[in-house]
Amino acid sequence: MADETLLKITGLTVAVDGKQILNGVDLTVNRGEIHAIMGPNGSGKSTLANALMGHPRYTVTGGQVLFKGEDIAGLSPDKRAQRGIFLALQYPTSIPGVTMVNFLRQAMKAVRGEDVPVREFREKLLATMKLLKVDEQFARRYVNEGFSGGEKKRAEVLQMGILDPDLAIMDETDSGLDIDALRTVAEGVNALTTPKLGIVLITHYQRLLNYIAPQFVHILYQGRIIESGGPELALQLEDQGYDPIIAKYAPVLAGATGEKA
Amino acid sequence: MVAKITPEIAAQDGYKFGFNDNDNATYTYRTEKGLSEAVVREISAAKKEDEWMRNFRLRSYQHFLQKPMPTGFWGGSIQNYDLDFNDIYYYARASDRPEQDWADVPEYIKDTFDKLGIPEAEKKSLIAGVGAQYDSEVVYHSIREDLEKLGVIFTDMDSAVRDYPDMVKQYFGTIIPPADNKFAALNSAVWSGGSFVYVPAGVKVDIPLQAYFRINKENMGQFERTLIIAEEGSYVHYVEGCTAPTYSTDALHSAVVEIIVKKNARVRYTTIQNWSTNVYNLVTKRAAAYEGAVMEWVDGNLGSKLTMKYPSVYLMEPHAHGEILSLAMASSGQHQDAGAKIVHAAPDTTSTIISKSVAKGSGRTSYRGALKVYPGAVRSKATVRCDALLLDPESRSDTYPLMDIEEEQVNIGHEASVSKVGEDQLFYLQSRGLSEVDATKMIVNGFVEPIVKELPMEYAVELNRLIELQMEGAVG
Repeated sequence: MADETLLKITGLTVAVDGKQILNGVDLTVNRGEIHAIMGPNGSGKSTLANALMGHPRYTVTGGQVLFKGEDIAGLSPDKRAQRGIFLALQYPTSIPGVTMVNFLRQAMKAVRGEDVPVREFREKLLATMKLLKVDEQFARRYVNEGFSGGEKKRAEVLQMGILDPDLAIMDETDSGLDIDALRTVAEGVNALTTPKLGIVLITHYQRLLNYIAPQFVHILYQGRIIESGGPELALQLEDQGYDPIIAKYAPVLAGATGEKA
Repeated sequence: MVAKITPEIAAQDGYKFGFNDNDNATYTYRTEKGLSEAVVREISAAKKEDEWMRNFRLRSYQHFLQKPMPTGFWGGSIQNYDLDFNDIYYYARASDRPEQDWADVPEYIKDTFDKLGIPEAEKKSLIAGVGAQYDSEVVYHSIREDLEKLGVIFTDMDSAVRDYPDMVKQYFGTIIPPADNKFAALNSAVWSGGSFVYVPAGVKVDIPLQAYFRINKENMGQFERTLIIAEEGSYVHYVEGCTAPTYSTDALHSAVVEIIVKKNARVRYTTIQNWSTNVYNLVTKRAAAYEGAVMEWVDGNLGSKLTMKYPSVYLMEPHAHGEILSLAMASSGQHQDAGAKIVHAAPDTTSTIISKSVAKGSGRTSYRGALKVYPGAVRSKATVRCDALLLDPESRSDTYPLMDIEEEQVNIGHEASVSKVGEDQLFYLQSRGLSEVDATKMIVNGFVEPIVKELPMEYAVELNRLIELQMEGAVG
């Protein structure tokens, strides 16, 4: 199962409100792999995440996204979720009046396409909550309503655990977390990692990668992946910042403007 | 001009109560179409009423003629609709008396109530008593024996006039006088059916009493009259449901409900109104709460073409508490002009109003609230919260909160919000596998949750189901 290609992105260009944000992204993720996508603010990291999930505000203007060999360009977000894609949102919205337990149950049913036995659901919920160190009361609260930053991120990873995706895209799951919460969330993600799962970790900082170890690190800048490497690339960033890499690629980028799109 | 809702349109809308049984219906008595003094006399004669009630009707009819269409506090702009008082049947009787055994109810009427699940709920002991009204008359009435032994009375209003004349005379028309408004006057003139509930001091009725109102005949007017008296320290929960067949012509429902909640008693009155979209629903509901008493209205409006209904609580003595939970849903062609009215007439009285409304398509919801505090009602506390949810750009919601506070030493809070189902909320739920329709349903169900959680379980399930039916086809 490992090595099987999950996600193959080629020449992806994406616009938001008429403005081109991604300028030709290429990325391949196989099962069992963890890819970190790093980059300074405004480089297009969240745009990539939302476009992969099919957010209606993000318009794909070119290129191709294959998921398990299928072109998913025309699929609505729910269809993508049903095929096994999961996005942990950077800023998940609240759904007043809907309890976490009801939400998770319905989501699990929707993703599976069939009813889930109560017992199975309950066991999975309790086990995943335990993993993320949230108490049972958490399931009775309304979705993200009044959640702290840390609770929101735990709730996202809890959803990931319940929905059991093949590809998890995590959009700045580390932002807004103190060091203890970061460790808990990261340990949760590690515990959910299986040979069938591919992970795309989107992060601004290297610190998350101390807990979740990627095999591949990519630098996204001005809507393109300008450099890819192993974990050492993240360490180099930690050390020197983005400037040396950006400087190195500046001439290339200048020459490439307008080439795609 | 409002477009007529045809059965085809209604069927698309998923209204499952739109069937009629005209092929079988036989009426043992009915008045001619239209309203006149002769019709009022005829109704009274058909019921073999005493002179006092006949005179009450005739006086009320004069008030009806003199009163203009409601304006001012009443909303909904009834004058913009083509409601024709002369195109309505005011009285039609399909059964000569209320039966206490479903086996004695005419077969086709029993079938109707079977389809609505009423005898089933009774069998399962989900309710302590049932009243079922078919057009003008109550066709079935029963109450649990042990409650009857405790002195609880739950019967149809016509029987009460005959069997408990002193009690009826003492309270009937005292909370809502015939001259209160045009529709209260109309009801007082032509009323028929409805419930009479009496709960003796200290008696607590543990599970709800249920009344079910069904309009069957085309162009029918239903004018039931309900009176509830809760003696000191007693408790009762009364639940009513309403449906009608879908016709291309209009029907009129204009009820009057009066409630007296005595010292330290508590009454909860729950309505799930699901009239078909050819019904004008113009109802006056009011309660008087005395010392330490609690009155709660839980008012769910899903159906009808136009509803104008503002359940009221008059807090007459110290420490009385009034609570109104209002839920309205308007789909295309519907206007729910619903709300609440609270009057603080004594010190240390408290009240809460929570209103939630959802509009979709060309549907329109209005919250119309009135809060009155009389001088001397010191330390009164009132909270009003109304939230509206719009499902698409065509739907509309308005808020008309009226406040008349004549006492300084009070604590009044008011909050209102209008929100739209957001793109981000939809995306979030869709990214978890829910279709756009299911995501919208979930958002709406969450929005109305604060009201639904106040309902008994079976009704909460039913209401959620009705909301989901209305939501089908809301998007896409």
